[in-house]
Amino acid sequence: MEIKDIERLAELAKIELTDTEKENLLKDLDGILGYVKQIESVEVKDVPPTYISKNVWREDIARQDLAEKEFSYEEIIKQFPDAQDGFVKVKKIL
Amino acid sequence: MIDIKNLTIKKAGEMLKNGEITSVDLVSACLLNIEEKNKELNIFLEVFSDVLDQAKKADEMIKSGRGTALTGIPIATKDNILINGRKVSAGSKMLENYTATYDAFVIEKLKKAGAVLIGRTNMDEFAMGSSTENSAYGPVKNPIDPTRVPGGSSGGSAGAVSVGMALGALGSDTGGSIRQPASFCGLVGMKPSYDVVSRSGVMAMASSLDQIGPFAKNSEDAKIIFDCIVGKDEMDSTSVPLRGLASQLEARPLSGKIIGVPREWLADGIDKEVLQNFEISLEKLKKVGYEIKDISLPYSKYALAVYYILMPAEVSTNLSRLDGVRYGLRKEGENVFDTYSKSRSVGFGSETRRRIILGTYVLSHGYYDAYYNKAWKVRRAIAKEYEDIFKTVDFVATPTTPTTAFKFGEKSDPLQMYLCDIFTVPANIAGVPAISIPSGVSEEGLPTAIQFTGPLFSDESLFAIEQDLRENI
Repeated sequence: MEIKDIERLAELAKIELTDTEKENLLKDLDGILGYVKQIESVEVKDVPPTYISKNVWREDIARQDLAEKEFSYEEIIKQFPDAQDGFVKVKKIL
Repeated sequence: MIDIKNLTIKKAGEMLKNGEITSVDLVSACLLNIEEKNKELNIFLEVFSDVLDQAKKADEMIKSGRGTALTGIPIATKDNILINGRKVSAGSKMLENYTATYDAFVIEKLKKAGAVLIGRTNMDEFAMGSSTENSAYGPVKNPIDPTRVPGGSSGGSAGAVSVGMALGALGSDTGGSIRQPASFCGLVGMKPSYDVVSRSGVMAMASSLDQIGPFAKNSEDAKIIFDCIVGKDEMDSTSVPLRGLASQLEARPLSGKIIGVPREWLADGIDKEVLQNFEISLEKLKKVGYEIKDISLPYSKYALAVYYILMPAEVSTNLSRLDGVRYGLRKEGENVFDTYSKSRSVGFGSETRRRIILGTYVLSHGYYDAYYNKAWKVRRAIAKEYEDIFKTVDFVATPTTPTTAFKFGEKSDPLQMYLCDIFTVPANIAGVPAISIPSGVSEEGLPTAIQFTGPLFSDESLFAIEQDLRENI
Protein backbone atom coordinates (compact mmCIF):
# COMPACT_ATOMS: atom_id res chain seq x y z
CA MET A 1 0.00 0.00 0.00
CA GLU A 2 1.18 3.51 -0.77
CA ILE A 3 0.18 7.04 0.18
CA LYS A 4 -1.89 7.35 -2.98
CA ASP A 5 -3.94 4.30 -1.93
CA ILE A 6 -4.68 5.95 1.42
CA GLU A 7 -5.69 9.11 -0.43
CA ARG A 8 -8.04 7.13 -2.66
CA LEU A 9 -9.65 5.38 0.34
CA ALA A 10 -10.02 8.69 2.15
CA GLU A 11 -11.75 10.13 -0.86
CA LEU A 12 -14.12 7.16 -1.07
CA ALA A 13 -14.87 7.43 2.65
CA LYS A 14 -15.23 11.24 2.42
CA ILE A 15 -12.59 11.95 5.04
CA GLU A 16 -9.93 14.65 4.79
CA LEU A 17 -6.46 13.75 6.04
CA THR A 18 -3.35 15.78 6.70
CA ASP A 19 -0.01 14.52 5.35
CA THR A 20 1.02 13.32 8.80
CA GLU A 21 -2.26 11.48 9.21
CA LYS A 22 -1.77 9.79 5.85
CA GLU A 23 1.68 8.57 6.84
CA ASN A 24 0.46 7.32 10.19
CA LEU A 25 -2.48 5.55 8.61
CA LEU A 26 -0.22 3.89 6.07
CA LYS A 27 1.91 2.52 8.90
CA ASP A 28 -1.12 1.46 10.99
CA LEU A 29 -2.86 -0.23 8.08
CA ASP A 30 0.28 -2.13 7.16
CA GLY A 31 0.44 -3.47 10.71
CA ILE A 32 -3.25 -4.36 10.91
CA LEU A 33 -3.43 -5.91 7.45
CA GLY A 34 -0.26 -7.87 8.19
CA TYR A 35 -2.10 -9.36 11.15
CA VAL A 36 -5.46 -10.07 9.51
CA LYS A 37 -3.77 -11.59 6.45
CA GLN A 38 -3.33 -14.78 8.47
CA ILE A 39 -6.85 -15.79 7.48
CA GLU A 40 -5.57 -16.32 3.93
CA SER A 41 -3.92 -19.52 5.09
CA VAL A 42 -7.01 -20.87 6.85
CA GLU A 43 -8.45 -23.77 4.96
CA VAL A 44 -12.20 -23.79 4.97
CA LYS A 45 -14.38 -25.98 2.85
CA ASP A 46 -15.31 -24.36 -0.40
CA VAL A 47 -18.62 -22.99 0.74
CA PRO A 48 -20.17 -19.69 -0.19
CA PRO A 49 -19.85 -17.16 2.63
CA THR A 50 -23.11 -17.29 4.52
CA TYR A 51 -23.87 -13.89 5.91
CA ILE A 52 -25.89 -13.85 9.10
CA SER A 53 -28.42 -11.34 8.00
CA LYS A 54 -32.14 -11.08 7.89
CA ASN A 55 -34.47 -9.04 5.82
CA VAL A 56 -35.53 -5.91 7.67
CA TRP A 57 -39.05 -6.75 6.58
CA ARG A 58 -39.17 -9.87 8.64
CA GLU A 59 -41.03 -12.79 7.22
CA ASP A 60 -42.30 -13.80 10.68
CA ILE A 61 -43.97 -10.51 11.50
CA ALA A 62 -46.96 -9.10 9.72
CA ARG A 63 -46.32 -5.39 9.35
CA GLN A 64 -49.72 -4.46 10.70
CA ASP A 65 -48.76 -6.20 13.97
CA LEU A 66 -46.08 -3.64 14.64
CA ALA A 67 -46.98 -1.46 17.55
CA GLU A 68 -47.21 2.14 16.42
CA LYS A 69 -44.28 4.04 17.86
CA GLU A 70 -44.86 7.67 18.50
CA PHE A 71 -42.30 10.06 17.10
CA SER A 72 -42.27 13.80 17.43
CA TYR A 73 -42.00 15.42 14.01
CA GLU A 74 -40.70 18.63 15.61
CA GLU A 75 -37.99 16.84 17.57
CA ILE A 76 -36.73 15.06 14.46
CA ILE A 77 -36.65 18.32 12.49
CA LYS A 78 -34.76 19.93 15.35
CA GLN A 79 -31.92 17.45 14.85
CA PHE A 80 -31.31 18.57 11.26
CA PRO A 81 -28.17 20.68 11.08
CA ASP A 82 -30.10 23.00 8.77
CA ALA A 83 -33.79 22.99 7.93
CA GLN A 84 -36.32 25.02 6.06
CA ASP A 85 -40.10 24.60 6.16
CA GLY A 86 -39.72 21.19 7.76
CA PHE A 87 -37.23 19.87 5.21
CA VAL A 88 -33.53 19.07 5.47
CA LYS A 89 -31.58 21.85 3.82
CA VAL A 90 -28.47 20.91 1.84
CA LYS A 91 -26.26 22.58 -0.72
CA LYS A 92 -27.43 22.18 -4.30
CA ILE A 93 -26.24 18.96 -5.89
CA LEU A 94 -26.38 19.82 -9.58
CA MET B 1 -25.16 7.54 54.29
CA ILE B 2 -25.75 4.45 52.17
CA ASP B 3 -22.55 2.75 50.99
CA ILE B 4 -23.43 2.32 47.30
CA LYS B 5 -20.02 0.83 46.53
CA ASN B 6 -20.79 -2.21 48.68
CA LEU B 7 -24.51 -2.48 48.15
CA THR B 8 -26.06 -4.95 45.69
CA ILE B 9 -29.19 -4.33 43.64
CA LYS B 10 -30.78 -7.31 45.33
CA LYS B 11 -30.13 -6.00 48.84
CA ALA B 12 -31.17 -2.45 47.88
CA GLY B 13 -34.37 -3.86 46.40
CA GLU B 14 -35.19 -5.64 49.66
CA MET B 15 -34.48 -2.52 51.69
CA LEU B 16 -36.68 -0.44 49.39
CA LYS B 17 -39.48 -2.96 49.68
CA ASN B 18 -39.24 -3.08 53.48
CA GLY B 19 -39.25 0.69 53.66
CA GLU B 20 -35.78 0.84 55.26
CA ILE B 21 -34.58 3.24 52.57
CA THR B 22 -36.12 5.16 49.69
CA SER B 23 -35.04 5.52 46.09
CA VAL B 24 -34.40 9.19 46.86
CA ASP B 25 -31.87 8.04 49.50
CA LEU B 26 -30.16 5.73 47.01
CA VAL B 27 -30.00 8.33 44.27
CA SER B 28 -28.78 11.00 46.68
CA ALA B 29 -25.93 8.72 47.77
CA CYS B 30 -24.97 8.15 44.11
CA LEU B 31 -25.11 11.88 43.41
CA LEU B 32 -22.79 12.54 46.33
CA ASN B 33 -20.24 10.08 44.91
CA ILE B 34 -20.61 11.66 41.49
CA GLU B 35 -20.08 15.14 42.90
CA GLU B 36 -17.04 13.99 44.79
CA LYS B 37 -15.31 11.96 42.08
CA ASN B 38 -16.69 12.55 38.61
CA LYS B 39 -14.48 15.52 37.90
CA GLU B 40 -11.38 13.41 38.40
CA LEU B 41 -12.61 10.12 36.90
CA ASN B 42 -14.65 11.57 33.99
CA ILE B 43 -17.20 8.74 34.17
CA PHE B 44 -20.46 10.55 33.41
CA LEU B 45 -20.81 12.81 30.39
CA GLU B 46 -24.14 13.95 31.80
CA VAL B 47 -26.04 13.33 35.00
CA PHE B 48 -29.73 13.83 34.29
CA SER B 49 -31.24 16.83 36.05
CA ASP B 50 -34.48 15.01 36.90
CA VAL B 51 -32.99 12.00 38.72
CA LEU B 52 -34.55 12.93 42.04
CA ASP B 53 -37.96 13.31 40.37
CA GLN B 54 -37.50 9.88 38.82
CA ALA B 55 -36.62 8.53 42.27
CA LYS B 56 -39.72 10.09 43.83
CA LYS B 57 -41.90 8.47 41.19
CA ALA B 58 -40.21 5.15 41.85
CA ASP B 59 -40.85 5.52 45.58
CA GLU B 60 -44.54 6.05 44.85
CA MET B 61 -44.52 2.98 42.62
CA ILE B 62 -43.04 0.90 45.47
CA LYS B 63 -45.50 2.30 48.00
CA SER B 64 -48.43 1.39 45.81
CA GLY B 65 -47.17 -2.19 45.54
CA ARG B 66 -46.29 -2.03 41.85
CA GLY B 67 -42.55 -2.26 42.40
CA THR B 68 -40.29 -4.60 40.40
CA ALA B 69 -36.77 -5.83 41.16
CA LEU B 70 -35.39 -2.66 39.55
CA THR B 71 -37.85 -0.05 40.80
CA GLY B 72 -35.96 2.85 42.34
CA ILE B 73 -32.55 1.38 41.46
CA PRO B 74 -30.11 3.90 39.91
CA ILE B 75 -28.81 2.55 36.60
CA ALA B 76 -26.20 4.22 34.40
CA THR B 77 -26.40 3.83 30.63
CA LYS B 78 -23.70 4.04 28.00
CA ASP B 79 -23.76 7.14 25.82
CA ASN B 80 -24.70 5.16 22.70
CA ILE B 81 -28.13 4.08 23.99
CA LEU B 82 -31.02 6.38 23.06
CA ILE B 83 -33.27 7.94 25.69
CA ASN B 84 -36.07 10.01 24.21
CA GLY B 85 -35.51 13.75 24.58
CA ARG B 86 -31.99 13.40 25.99
CA LYS B 87 -28.62 14.05 24.45
CA VAL B 88 -26.72 11.02 23.20
CA SER B 89 -23.29 11.50 21.65
CA ALA B 90 -21.61 8.07 21.44
CA GLY B 91 -18.53 9.79 22.87
CA SER B 92 -18.14 11.72 19.62
CA LYS B 93 -17.96 15.39 18.65
CA MET B 94 -20.04 14.39 15.65
CA LEU B 95 -23.12 13.98 17.86
CA GLU B 96 -22.27 16.44 20.61
CA ASN B 97 -25.61 18.22 20.27
CA TYR B 98 -27.75 15.34 19.10
CA THR B 99 -30.94 14.62 21.03
CA ALA B 100 -32.58 11.20 20.80
CA THR B 101 -36.07 11.16 19.32
CA TYR B 102 -37.16 7.81 20.74
CA ASP B 103 -36.35 5.31 23.50
CA ALA B 104 -34.17 2.29 22.86
CA PHE B 105 -35.99 -0.98 23.54
CA VAL B 106 -33.83 -1.59 26.64
CA ILE B 107 -34.63 1.93 27.91
CA GLU B 108 -38.36 1.33 27.46
CA LYS B 109 -37.94 -1.81 29.54
CA LEU B 110 -35.96 -0.06 32.28
CA LYS B 111 -38.46 2.79 32.43
CA LYS B 112 -41.36 0.38 32.68
CA ALA B 113 -39.60 -1.42 35.53
CA GLY B 114 -39.24 1.88 37.37
CA ALA B 115 -35.43 2.03 37.28
CA VAL B 116 -33.89 5.47 37.78
CA LEU B 117 -31.81 6.47 34.74
CA ILE B 118 -29.05 8.39 36.40
CA GLY B 119 -26.98 9.58 33.45
CA ARG B 120 -25.02 8.73 30.33
CA THR B 121 -21.56 7.31 30.69
CA ASN B 122 -18.35 8.12 28.83
CA MET B 123 -17.05 5.68 26.22
CA ASP B 124 -14.64 5.24 23.32
CA GLU B 125 -16.00 7.13 20.32
CA PHE B 126 -18.74 5.05 18.67
CA ALA B 127 -17.70 2.15 20.96
CA MET B 128 -14.34 1.71 19.24
CA GLY B 129 -11.59 1.05 21.70
CA SER B 130 -10.43 -0.93 24.71
CA SER B 131 -9.46 1.90 27.06
CA THR B 132 -11.88 4.89 26.60
CA GLU B 133 -8.84 6.87 25.46
CA ASN B 134 -10.72 7.39 22.18
CA SER B 135 -13.54 9.41 23.75
CA ALA B 136 -13.83 12.92 22.32
CA TYR B 137 -14.54 14.04 25.88
CA GLY B 138 -11.34 12.73 27.46
CA PRO B 139 -10.59 9.29 28.92
CA VAL B 140 -12.26 7.68 31.93
CA LYS B 141 -9.91 6.86 34.79
CA ASN B 142 -10.05 3.51 36.50
CA PRO B 143 -11.44 4.09 40.02
CA ILE B 144 -9.23 1.32 41.39
CA ASP B 145 -6.08 3.06 40.12
CA PRO B 146 -6.63 6.39 38.34
CA THR B 147 -3.28 6.13 36.54
CA ARG B 148 -4.77 3.21 34.61
CA VAL B 149 -7.51 2.78 32.03
CA PRO B 150 -10.88 1.31 33.03
CA GLY B 151 -11.01 -0.74 29.84
CA GLY B 152 -13.37 0.00 27.00
CA SER B 153 -15.32 0.80 25.19
CA SER B 154 -17.92 0.82 28.01
CA GLY B 155 -15.35 2.16 30.49
CA GLY B 156 -17.69 4.79 31.94
CA SER B 157 -20.40 2.25 32.73
CA ALA B 158 -17.86 -0.03 34.44
CA GLY B 159 -16.36 2.87 36.40
CA ALA B 160 -19.80 4.07 37.53
CA VAL B 161 -20.68 0.74 39.14
CA SER B 162 -17.20 0.16 40.50
CA VAL B 163 -17.01 3.48 42.36
CA GLY B 164 -20.62 3.64 43.57
CA MET B 165 -22.13 6.20 41.22
CA ALA B 166 -24.83 3.70 40.18
CA LEU B 167 -25.89 0.22 41.32
CA GLY B 168 -25.81 -1.26 37.83
CA ALA B 169 -25.18 -0.18 34.27
CA LEU B 170 -25.77 -1.00 30.64
CA GLY B 171 -22.99 -1.24 28.10
CA SER B 172 -22.64 -2.52 24.57
CA ASP B 173 -20.27 -5.30 23.53
CA THR B 174 -19.10 -5.70 19.93
CA GLY B 175 -15.81 -7.45 20.65
CA GLY B 176 -15.50 -7.35 24.42
CA SER B 177 -16.61 -3.82 25.31
CA ILE B 178 -18.58 -5.00 28.35
CA ARG B 179 -16.46 -7.94 29.51
CA GLN B 180 -13.04 -6.29 29.25
CA PRO B 181 -13.92 -3.16 31.31
CA ALA B 182 -15.80 -5.40 33.79
CA SER B 183 -12.58 -7.36 34.12
CA PHE B 184 -10.44 -4.22 34.65
CA CYS B 185 -12.86 -2.78 37.22
CA GLY B 186 -13.58 -5.94 39.24
CA LEU B 187 -17.19 -6.41 38.12
CA VAL B 188 -19.41 -8.98 36.47
CA GLY B 189 -20.10 -8.08 32.82
CA MET B 190 -22.13 -10.12 30.41
CA LYS B 191 -22.60 -10.25 26.65
CA PRO B 192 -25.87 -12.02 25.83
CA SER B 193 -26.42 -14.36 22.89
CA TYR B 194 -26.70 -12.35 19.68
CA ASP B 195 -30.41 -11.66 19.03
CA VAL B 196 -31.83 -11.99 22.56
CA VAL B 197 -31.57 -8.32 23.57
CA SER B 198 -32.98 -5.90 21.02
CA ARG B 199 -30.51 -3.52 19.38
CA SER B 200 -33.23 -1.04 18.59
CA GLY B 201 -32.04 2.35 19.81
CA VAL B 202 -28.39 1.46 20.34
CA MET B 203 -26.16 3.24 17.84
CA ALA B 204 -24.97 0.64 15.40
CA MET B 205 -21.23 0.03 15.29
CA ALA B 206 -20.96 -3.43 13.72
CA SER B 207 -24.50 -4.72 13.47
CA SER B 208 -23.73 -8.43 13.17
CA LEU B 209 -21.69 -8.30 16.40
CA ASP B 210 -23.23 -5.63 18.68
CA GLN B 211 -25.12 -6.64 21.83
CA ILE B 212 -26.31 -4.69 24.87
CA GLY B 213 -25.62 -6.23 28.27
CA PRO B 214 -25.34 -5.58 32.01
CA PHE B 215 -22.61 -4.53 34.44
CA ALA B 216 -23.07 -5.35 38.11
CA LYS B 217 -21.22 -6.32 41.26
CA ASN B 218 -22.29 -9.96 41.05
CA SER B 219 -24.25 -12.33 38.86
CA GLU B 220 -27.53 -12.02 40.77
CA ASP B 221 -27.55 -8.30 40.09
CA ALA B 222 -26.46 -8.77 36.48
CA LYS B 223 -29.26 -11.27 36.01
CA ILE B 224 -31.83 -8.85 37.45
CA ILE B 225 -30.82 -6.31 34.77
CA PHE B 226 -30.61 -8.98 32.07
CA ASP B 227 -34.09 -10.31 32.94
CA CYS B 228 -35.45 -6.79 32.54
CA ILE B 229 -33.91 -5.99 29.14
CA VAL B 230 -34.19 -9.38 27.42
CA GLY B 231 -37.07 -9.98 25.02
CA LYS B 232 -38.20 -10.12 21.45
CA ASP B 233 -38.67 -6.80 19.70
CA GLU B 234 -40.23 -6.20 16.31
CA MET B 235 -38.02 -3.14 15.84
CA ASP B 236 -34.87 -5.30 15.65
CA SER B 237 -34.87 -7.45 12.55
CA THR B 238 -32.68 -10.13 14.19
CA SER B 239 -34.48 -10.30 17.53
CA VAL B 240 -35.55 -13.70 18.90
CA PRO B 241 -37.28 -14.60 22.18
CA LEU B 242 -34.90 -16.26 24.67
CA ARG B 243 -37.61 -17.56 26.94
CA GLY B 244 -38.90 -20.93 25.98
CA LEU B 245 -36.00 -21.88 23.74
CA ALA B 246 -35.28 -25.57 23.97
CA SER B 247 -31.50 -25.28 24.15
CA GLN B 248 -31.54 -23.49 27.50
CA LEU B 249 -29.84 -25.37 30.27
CA GLU B 250 -31.52 -25.51 33.63
CA ALA B 251 -30.27 -22.59 35.71
CA ARG B 252 -29.03 -24.67 38.68
CA PRO B 253 -27.48 -26.91 39.87
CA LEU B 254 -24.51 -26.84 37.54
CA SER B 255 -22.16 -29.18 39.37
CA GLY B 256 -21.30 -32.08 37.15
CA LYS B 257 -21.05 -29.77 34.16
CA ILE B 258 -17.94 -29.85 32.03
CA ILE B 259 -15.76 -26.78 31.49
CA GLY B 260 -13.50 -26.87 28.44
CA VAL B 261 -10.19 -24.97 28.47
CA PRO B 262 -8.44 -24.22 25.15
CA ARG B 263 -4.91 -24.64 26.50
CA GLU B 264 -3.35 -23.66 23.16
CA TRP B 265 -4.59 -20.08 23.72
CA LEU B 266 -2.86 -19.78 27.05
CA ALA B 267 0.66 -20.57 25.88
CA ASP B 268 2.06 -17.05 25.82
CA GLY B 269 1.34 -13.35 26.08
CA ILE B 270 -0.63 -13.64 29.32
CA ASP B 271 0.30 -12.02 32.65
CA LYS B 272 1.49 -14.57 35.18
CA GLU B 273 -0.98 -13.41 37.82
CA VAL B 274 -3.91 -13.47 35.39
CA LEU B 275 -3.07 -17.06 34.57
CA GLN B 276 -2.53 -18.01 38.22
CA ASN B 277 -5.92 -16.65 39.28
CA PHE B 278 -7.51 -18.37 36.31
CA GLU B 279 -6.15 -21.73 37.44
CA ILE B 280 -7.21 -21.07 41.04
CA SER B 281 -10.76 -20.36 39.86
CA LEU B 282 -10.85 -23.60 37.90
CA GLU B 283 -9.63 -25.49 40.99
CA LYS B 284 -12.43 -23.99 43.05
CA LEU B 285 -15.01 -25.02 40.51
CA LYS B 286 -13.53 -28.51 40.41
CA LYS B 287 -14.05 -28.76 44.16
CA VAL B 288 -17.75 -28.05 43.83
CA GLY B 289 -18.22 -30.71 41.18
CA TYR B 290 -17.40 -29.18 37.80
CA GLU B 291 -15.24 -31.25 35.51
CA ILE B 292 -12.34 -29.46 33.74
CA LYS B 293 -11.26 -30.72 30.34
CA ASP B 294 -8.66 -29.57 27.82
CA ILE B 295 -10.09 -28.72 24.42
CA SER B 296 -8.82 -27.43 21.10
CA LEU B 297 -10.44 -24.66 19.04
CA PRO B 298 -8.20 -24.38 15.97
CA TYR B 299 -10.42 -22.08 13.88
CA SER B 300 -11.27 -19.76 16.76
CA LYS B 301 -7.71 -18.56 17.12
CA TYR B 302 -8.38 -16.65 13.90
CA ALA B 303 -11.39 -14.89 15.45
CA LEU B 304 -9.51 -11.63 16.08
CA ALA B 305 -8.27 -11.49 12.48
CA VAL B 306 -11.81 -12.15 11.24
CA TYR B 307 -13.07 -9.47 13.62
CA TYR B 308 -10.68 -6.81 12.31
CA ILE B 309 -12.01 -7.38 8.81
CA LEU B 310 -15.76 -7.70 9.39
CA MET B 311 -16.04 -5.07 12.14
CA PRO B 312 -14.38 -2.18 10.22
CA ALA B 313 -16.36 -3.16 7.11
CA GLU B 314 -19.59 -2.79 9.06
CA VAL B 315 -18.33 0.37 10.80
CA SER B 316 -17.52 2.07 7.51
CA THR B 317 -21.02 1.24 6.28
CA ASN B 318 -22.89 2.17 9.48
CA LEU B 319 -21.07 5.47 9.97
CA SER B 320 -21.60 6.58 6.38
CA ARG B 321 -24.93 8.02 7.53
CA LEU B 322 -23.03 10.63 9.52
CA ASP B 323 -22.41 13.11 6.74
CA GLY B 324 -23.71 16.32 8.27
CA VAL B 325 -27.03 16.15 6.46
CA ARG B 326 -29.76 14.67 8.64
CA TYR B 327 -28.16 14.97 12.04
CA GLY B 328 -24.92 15.62 13.79
CA LEU B 329 -22.22 18.12 13.13
CA ARG B 330 -22.18 20.00 9.84
CA LYS B 331 -19.18 21.94 8.64
CA GLU B 332 -20.05 23.90 5.53
CA GLY B 333 -17.82 23.39 2.51
CA GLU B 334 -17.84 24.73 -1.03
CA ASN B 335 -20.24 22.12 -2.36
CA VAL B 336 -22.25 19.19 -1.09
CA PHE B 337 -19.36 16.68 -1.28
CA ASP B 338 -16.98 19.10 0.32
CA THR B 339 -19.50 19.54 3.13
CA TYR B 340 -19.61 15.75 3.67
CA SER B 341 -15.82 15.56 3.89
CA LYS B 342 -15.40 18.59 6.12
CA SER B 343 -18.17 17.46 8.51
CA ARG B 344 -16.77 13.94 8.79
CA SER B 345 -13.21 15.14 9.22
CA VAL B 346 -14.06 17.55 12.03
CA GLY B 347 -16.61 15.19 13.63
CA PHE B 348 -14.68 11.91 13.77
CA GLY B 349 -11.66 11.17 15.97
CA SER B 350 -8.57 9.33 14.76
CA GLU B 351 -9.55 5.75 15.73
CA THR B 352 -12.94 6.15 14.05
CA ARG B 353 -11.26 7.42 10.88
CA ARG B 354 -8.74 4.58 10.99
CA ARG B 355 -11.51 1.97 11.12
CA ILE B 356 -13.56 3.67 8.43
CA ILE B 357 -10.54 3.71 6.10
CA LEU B 358 -9.71 0.08 6.96
CA GLY B 359 -13.32 -0.95 6.36
CA THR B 360 -13.40 0.91 3.06
CA TYR B 361 -10.25 -0.96 2.05
CA VAL B 362 -11.47 -4.48 2.85
CA LEU B 363 -14.72 -3.79 1.03
CA SER B 364 -13.10 -2.27 -2.03
CA HIS B 365 -13.00 -3.88 -5.42
CA GLY B 366 -10.11 -6.33 -5.72
CA TYR B 367 -9.85 -7.04 -1.97
CA TYR B 368 -13.45 -7.93 -1.18
CA ASP B 369 -13.05 -11.64 -1.87
CA ALA B 370 -9.68 -12.03 -0.20
CA TYR B 371 -10.73 -10.22 2.97
CA TYR B 372 -14.45 -9.79 3.47
CA ASN B 373 -15.76 -12.97 1.90
CA LYS B 374 -12.94 -15.08 3.29
CA ALA B 375 -13.55 -13.65 6.76
CA TRP B 376 -17.20 -14.66 6.57
CA LYS B 377 -16.22 -18.19 5.60
CA VAL B 378 -13.87 -18.43 8.56
CA ARG B 379 -16.55 -16.90 10.77
CA ARG B 380 -18.88 -19.69 9.75
CA ALA B 381 -16.20 -22.26 10.58
CA ILE B 382 -15.72 -20.66 14.01
CA ALA B 383 -19.45 -20.68 14.74
CA LYS B 384 -19.58 -24.35 13.72
CA GLU B 385 -16.55 -25.10 15.89
CA TYR B 386 -18.31 -23.66 18.95
CA GLU B 387 -21.48 -25.53 18.11
CA ASP B 388 -19.49 -28.77 17.94
CA ILE B 389 -17.43 -28.18 21.08
CA PHE B 390 -20.61 -27.60 23.08
CA LYS B 391 -21.61 -31.16 22.27
CA THR B 392 -18.72 -32.31 24.48
CA VAL B 393 -18.43 -29.50 27.08
CA ASP B 394 -20.96 -27.19 28.72
CA PHE B 395 -18.79 -24.09 28.90
CA VAL B 396 -15.50 -22.78 27.55
CA ALA B 397 -13.28 -20.92 30.02
CA THR B 398 -10.38 -18.52 29.37
CA PRO B 399 -9.08 -15.45 31.16
CA THR B 400 -11.19 -12.44 30.07
CA THR B 401 -8.13 -10.40 29.16
CA PRO B 402 -4.42 -11.25 28.87
CA THR B 403 -3.43 -8.47 31.30
CA THR B 404 -4.77 -6.40 34.16
CA ALA B 405 -5.70 -2.72 33.58
CA PHE B 406 -2.86 -0.97 31.76
CA LYS B 407 -1.57 2.59 32.05
CA PHE B 408 -2.74 5.47 29.88
CA GLY B 409 -0.78 5.70 26.64
CA GLU B 410 0.73 2.23 27.13
CA LYS B 411 -0.87 0.82 24.00
CA SER B 412 -0.29 3.55 21.45
CA ASP B 413 0.11 1.08 18.58
CA PRO B 414 -3.40 0.20 17.36
CA LEU B 415 -2.60 -3.48 16.82
CA GLN B 416 -1.35 -3.81 20.41
CA MET B 417 -4.63 -2.29 21.59
CA TYR B 418 -6.63 -4.66 19.38
CA LEU B 419 -4.86 -7.67 20.88
CA CYS B 420 -6.47 -6.85 24.26
CA ASP B 421 -9.66 -8.39 22.88
CA ILE B 422 -8.13 -11.71 21.86
CA PHE B 423 -10.22 -13.75 24.35
CA THR B 424 -13.44 -11.74 24.16
CA VAL B 425 -13.89 -11.43 20.39
CA PRO B 426 -14.63 -15.14 19.65
CA ALA B 427 -18.00 -15.01 21.46
CA ASN B 428 -19.13 -12.11 19.24
CA ILE B 429 -17.90 -13.85 16.12
CA ALA B 430 -19.76 -17.05 17.06
CA GLY B 431 -22.79 -15.14 18.40
CA VAL B 432 -22.75 -17.04 21.69
CA PRO B 433 -23.15 -15.62 25.21
CA ALA B 434 -20.20 -14.97 27.52
CA ILE B 435 -19.67 -13.60 31.01
CA SER B 436 -16.67 -12.06 32.75
CA ILE B 437 -16.33 -12.87 36.44
CA PRO B 438 -13.74 -11.53 38.90
CA SER B 439 -11.09 -14.17 39.63
CA GLY B 440 -9.01 -12.31 42.20
CA VAL B 441 -6.51 -9.46 42.32
CA SER B 442 -2.88 -9.04 41.32
CA GLU B 443 -0.12 -8.13 43.76
CA GLU B 444 -0.70 -4.50 42.82
CA GLY B 445 -4.36 -4.86 43.77
CA LEU B 446 -5.65 -4.87 40.20
CA PRO B 447 -8.60 -7.16 39.40
CA THR B 448 -8.19 -10.23 37.20
CA ALA B 449 -11.08 -12.07 35.59
CA ILE B 450 -12.20 -15.37 34.12
CA GLN B 451 -14.55 -15.61 31.16
CA PHE B 452 -17.11 -18.33 30.55
CA THR B 453 -18.66 -18.83 27.15
CA GLY B 454 -21.74 -20.99 26.73
CA PRO B 455 -23.77 -22.43 23.86
CA LEU B 456 -26.21 -20.21 22.00
CA PHE B 457 -29.13 -19.25 24.28
CA SER B 458 -27.51 -20.64 27.44
CA ASP B 459 -27.44 -17.09 28.82
CA GLU B 460 -29.15 -17.85 32.11
CA SER B 461 -26.84 -20.67 33.11
CA LEU B 462 -23.80 -18.39 32.79
CA PHE B 463 -24.94 -16.33 35.77
CA ALA B 464 -24.97 -19.34 38.07
CA ILE B 465 -21.25 -20.06 37.66
CA GLU B 466 -20.32 -16.78 39.30
CA GLN B 467 -22.36 -17.69 42.34
CA ASP B 468 -20.60 -21.04 42.60
CA LEU B 469 -17.24 -19.28 42.40
CA ARG B 470 -18.11 -16.55 44.89
CA GLU B 471 -19.58 -18.93 47.43
CA ASN B 472 -16.42 -21.02 47.36
CA ILE B 473 -13.75 -18.39 47.73
